[in-house]
Amino acid sequence: MAPKTAREEILRPSTSPLREFVRKRDFYAGGLMLLFGLGIALKGASYRAGTLMHMGPGFLPTALGVLLVLLGIAIAATAYSPSGETSKEDERILPEHPQWWGWFCILMSPVLFIFFGSEFGMIPGTFACIFIAALGDRNATWKGTLILSTVVTVFGVTLFSYFLQVPMPMLTWRGGL
Amino acid sequence: MISVISTSLTDLWYGFGVALEPHNLMFCFIGVLVGNMVGVLPGMGPLATISILLPLTFGMKPVAAILMLGGVMYGAQYGGAICSILLNLPCHPPHAVTCLDGFPMTKQGRGGVALGLTVFASFVGASWGITEMIFLSPLLVRAALQFGPAEVCSLMLLGLLAGSTLARGSPIKGVAMTVLGLFLGSVGTDLETGSERYTLGMTELDDGIELIALALGLFGIAEFMNSINQVAAVNLKYTNIRFKDMRPTKADLKRSFFPMWRGTIIGSLCALIPGTGPTIASFVAYATEKKISRHPELFGTGLIEGVVCPEAATHSSVQGDFIPTMSLGIPGDAVMALLLGALMIQGIVPGPQLISQHPDIFWGLVASFWVGNILLVLLNVPLIGIWVKMLAIPYRYLYPSAMFFVCIGVYAANNDFFQVGEVVVIGLFGYILLRLGFHPAPILLGFVLGPRFEENFRRAMLISRGDIGVFVERPISAVFIALCVLLIGSQIYVRLRGAKTEIKPAGETAGASGAAPPQLAPQRVPVTPAE
Repeated sequence: MAPKTAREEILRPSTSPLREFVRKRDFYAGGLMLLFGLGIALKGASYRAGTLMHMGPGFLPTALGVLLVLLGIAIAATAYSPSGETSKEDERILPEHPQWWGWFCILMSPVLFIFFGSEFGMIPGTFACIFIAALGDRNATWKGTLILSTVVTVFGVTLFSYFLQVPMPMLTWRGGL
Repeated sequence: MISVISTSLTDLWYGFGVALEPHNLMFCFIGVLVGNMVGVLPGMGPLATISILLPLTFGMKPVAAILMLGGVMYGAQYGGAICSILLNLPCHPPHAVTCLDGFPMTKQGRGGVALGLTVFASFVGASWGITEMIFLSPLLVRAALQFGPAEVCSLMLLGLLAGSTLARGSPIKGVAMTVLGLFLGSVGTDLETGSERYTLGMTELDDGIELIALALGLFGIAEFMNSINQVAAVNLKYTNIRFKDMRPTKADLKRSFFPMWRGTIIGSLCALIPGTGPTIASFVAYATEKKISRHPELFGTGLIEGVVCPEAATHSSVQGDFIPTMSLGIPGDAVMALLLGALMIQGIVPGPQLISQHPDIFWGLVASFWVGNILLVLLNVPLIGIWVKMLAIPYRYLYPSAMFFVCIGVYAANNDFFQVGEVVVIGLFGYILLRLGFHPAPILLGFVLGPRFEENFRRAMLISRGDIGVFVERPISAVFIALCVLLIGSQIYVRLRGAKTEIKPAGETAGASGAAPPQLAPQRVPVTPAE
């Protein structure tokens, strides 16, 4: 077989079973479990395992890690079909329209809550948390986001600070930044 | 036998006393109200609703807290039914079949009737489940008190296996999630030796991963990441429902009477089999109803039977699921695991001793189920118009507000910002798992049971002097182990036989009888950049 160039590979996707295999979602699902299992088992081996009768702290987690490795292999194996045909199921790992900005905003929301909450108190923390999360929507406007954040902040701070007595100062200055 | 019944009834009387205390009654009412309100919002299933509202109960006494969470649970369930009947958006898997006939009814302008009878059907189903709970739990406890660590261990194994293999999606992935959950439960200080495990040097992790952070990460943040910009604008064309639309005609009542009872029985039977939760119950109920109907071809065009039967089954099976959860401390699904976790946060040890040590919690909860279900009926009569309006709240306002509840809720658990950081990591991780085709619910099951599983496993091994054969030598334990083997064997058999067919509860029951595959919520549409 003549060596293919990278470009050719893209143009004519290979249908060899092995290549099909590594493109399937379950291959990565199994691989992830395998990695987790390995990590758990290896770390667990550093704790005292003890005997079956007097089990040490490392016994069960290590066993779980090994089990997870085996399950990972089994999951990955289900992705392998020797005929090389693709199943009709959704094999994409990323959704059709990845929402990187939306995901970023959602994950940043608790981060900002931690930062503003610990440095400046509950009101700024709440506001920042809602503000950044709301910006993640593709229809978000500055005005709408501001109004939403203000309304929820007023309501939320009243509920949690006044009624539920969550011990977090409403407004403070710790000289952070 | 008679003495058992009379003791149960006396205890129930006592339970009503607890549930009707003004303080407790108020929290039950708040629970139902808020649960219904949040549950009706598109995209909020019972799991998300309970986890988001769980922090509200931190400051309460245990009885009030669990009563309120019970209220939240069935409020959220009924809210989900509203959402699925009027909008065709099932936020909770059991409601998927309700949509099949509920939404066509809505299109014919009979959505109100469907909602009215759903309340009624869920009341019937729940009442039956509660009755079962009253009489079966004490018997189960009596048996369970004889259990040694080996029996408890194999019973937990059975519960975990059933919970993970019979749930949604691929069984093997479910088992992997359970194992992961068991592992996450072992993070932190080892109870027996006091040594730290997997804390990566962070002292904040000494007490283990926070349950509330895990639940909100997996069912909150991961779900929001999954749904952001993917939720279709809801179609509010048919949602103009007022109370007077809810009253069924005599013919409707007559037609739904038997399906309701059939659904109830199916649900309670499903509850007896460990791991077969409400989802399977509702699918089986719908399929059965279709099979015995004289006009099966009309199903899917808006038959009231197709709504009440699965709804009654769902509620009767959810109530039935409380039996092992409360009397044995072994939850059947993630919702139950979360409620059990809430009890543990309150410092109450779940298990067979719960009923005798905390009769106020157990019997108060049982009685409050009835009180709460009646409240649900009463609440929905005047408020249905408001619930329907809430369906219109767009997702872009919903999830940022929910994010705030996630953050403050996790913070309030221990007044610690570290755990808010935990929730970010767990959320991201949960989303990756979702994209890889895992359903994260069994993680919670494993996490809640993990520490107790390990404790009992160690104790069993200590008693048997390190002989692993103890699990099959003791007869009761051997039965549980045999059931586990049977469960795994049947899964492998199904897989080998139907090599290409997906193993799903839907595929086995409803799919076999030709029901359309239900969409699971929230309904996703391809995003078009320009609008």
